[in-house]
Amino acid sequence: MSIPIVNYLVLEPQPHLVAQECAACKSKFFGRHNACPKCFGDTFAEFAVPTTGVLKTFTIVHHDAKGVPVPYCAAIIDCGGMTVSGNIIGVDPDPEIITRGMQVQLKTYSLGTDAEGVEAIGFGFEPV
Amino acid sequence: MSENVWILGIHMTPFGKRADKDVLDLAAEAALAALKDAGVTMKDMQVMGYGNLRGGTSGQSLQKQIGQTGIPSFNVSNACATGSTAMRAVIMAIKAGEADMGIAVGVEKLYGAGLLTGNSVDSGPETWTPTGRNGAIKNLDGYIGTSGMAGLFAQIGMAYNDSDPRADFELFARISEKSHSHSTLNPNAAYQNKMSLEQIMNDPMIAYPHTRSMCSANCDGAAASVIVSETKLRTLSLEQQRRAVKISASILASDPWTEASQEFPDVSTVTRNAAVAAYEQAGLGPDDLDLVELHDCFAAAELVHYDNLGLCEPGGAIDFFNSGATWRDGKLPVNVSGGLQSKGHPIAATGIANIWEVATHLRGEAGPRQIQGAKAGMAHVIGLGSSCTVHILEKSGL
Repeated sequence: MSIPIVNYLVLEPQPHLVAQECAACKSKFFGRHNACPKCFGDTFAEFAVPTTGVLKTFTIVHHDAKGVPVPYCAAIIDCGGMTVSGNIIGVDPDPEIITRGMQVQLKTYSLGTDAEGVEAIGFGFEPV
Repeated sequence: MSENVWILGIHMTPFGKRADKDVLDLAAEAALAALKDAGVTMKDMQVMGYGNLRGGTSGQSLQKQIGQTGIPSFNVSNACATGSTAMRAVIMAIKAGEADMGIAVGVEKLYGAGLLTGNSVDSGPETWTPTGRNGAIKNLDGYIGTSGMAGLFAQIGMAYNDSDPRADFELFARISEKSHSHSTLNPNAAYQNKMSLEQIMNDPMIAYPHTRSMCSANCDGAAASVIVSETKLRTLSLEQQRRAVKISASILASDPWTEASQEFPDVSTVTRNAAVAAYEQAGLGPDDLDLVELHDCFAAAELVHYDNLGLCEPGGAIDFFNSGATWRDGKLPVNVSGGLQSKGHPIAATGIANIWEVATHLRGEAGPRQIQGAKAGMAHVIGLGSSCTVHILEKSGL
C-alpha cells in the first residue's frame, strides 16, 4: 500500500504528474480551480504532464526550517511547456554539477512508512 | 480630473533592535513624528491606512495611543507591500474627494524572527493524512522545491541568466557590496558596517547564491506618512508647501496570469506592469529619475528589477550594474539607504520607509548621503504572492 506526497502525483501505471487543463484556453495548472485564471472558463480536463523536461532555474538551500533535511536543490523545470516545481535528486546538490538547461526526468522515491505500514512516495527530477 | 496628492510629512524610525518599544510604541513614534513633520495633528486627519503583519495590532489600537477622533482605518495586509498599500488606500480616499488629509502607518517587530516561513516543521500525524488543496501528506518545503524566501528569490535571479550568463554568485555578491557600502552613510540603517566582496561571499550560505549578508535583515521599525490634497496644501504655510513632496504616480498592481506564475512567483511581470503605469501617470521616464529605492529583499532581486523598472535597456541589467550606474555616485543611484539587506526589512514598514528615503532626498534633507539636486525619484516594493507598488515622487515647485 502506498500514497503519493501530493494528489497530483499519480503512481500507476507509470509515475507522472497530472495537471488540470482549461477546456477553453488549454492553459494548465496543478490543483483544483474554481475558474481558469487566464480565461475564466470553468470546465477542466486532466492533462498528463511529460515526465522529462529542462531545468530552467535552481537554488541550493543550505538553511531551512528545523526538520527539513539540507542541503537540497530546489528547481523549476519546463516539462513540455508546463512549469513544474521540484527538487533535483540523484546528484550532489552542487552548483558545479547542476546546470541550467540540463535535461531531467521525473523519479519517485520512498519517504518512509507510517504506523499502519503505508509507504509515502515523493518525487523529484534526476539528470538524464 | 482627480485631485493631485502630496506628502505633507513623513518619518521613518531607526531600524534595528528596538527592545525599548513594543509594536504600538513604534507605530506611535513614527505616526507622531510624521504629524509633527507635517505641522498638523490627529485632529486634521480624516482617514488612516495601517499595516502590521505579525504584531496583531490595528489602526484602531494605534488611535488609542495617539488620538481617537473616530476616523476610519483601513487595516491592510499585502505581504511586504503592506505599508505602501496602506498609503495607497489613503491616497485613493483623497483622490476620491472623501478626505483632504490622512495618515498611513506601517510597523513591524521582527528582530531575531529567523525564517519568516517558520523555523521548524512538525513531523505530522502518525499516519499519512492528505490535507489541503493538493492533498499533501507532509509539509512540502524541501520536498517539492523550497518555500524559503532566500531560495525563491535565488531562483528568480538565476533565471536572469537566460538573458545574460554572467548573472552568477559573484555578480550578486557585488550588488550586496554596494548595499552594505551605501548603508555606512545611513544612521537609521540596522547594519551600517561596510563589507568586502570576500566577506560577503564567505558568509554562511543560506540559499545559493545568497549568503546571509545578501538577504534582507529582519529587524524592528516603523514608518508613517501624512498625505494631503493639493487644494488643501495650497491653504497651508509657504514652508509646508516648500517641504511637501508631490506624489506624481501611485500604482498598486497584482500579478496577472502567466504560465510560469501558476507554480512559481512572478515578481517581474507585476513590476513591469506597475512601472509602465507609473511612468505614464507621472508623465516621466526612467531618464528623469535621480534616485530609486527598489525592493532588494535579496541580492538577486535587485538585478532583475533594474530591468523590470526600465532603468536599463531590456536584458541589460548586468552591463548597467557593471557601469557603476547604481552606486551613489553613478548615473542613477539605487538604494542609497543601504536597501533591505543592510537598512533592514521590518516588512509592513518597508513600503513607507522606501518612500521616506526618496522624499528625504527630494527635500534636500538626507545629510551626508544626500543625492545632490534630486528632483524626482521612485520607490518600488514587492509583496510576494504577488503584489507591487510603485510611487514616483517629485520635489515641490510650490
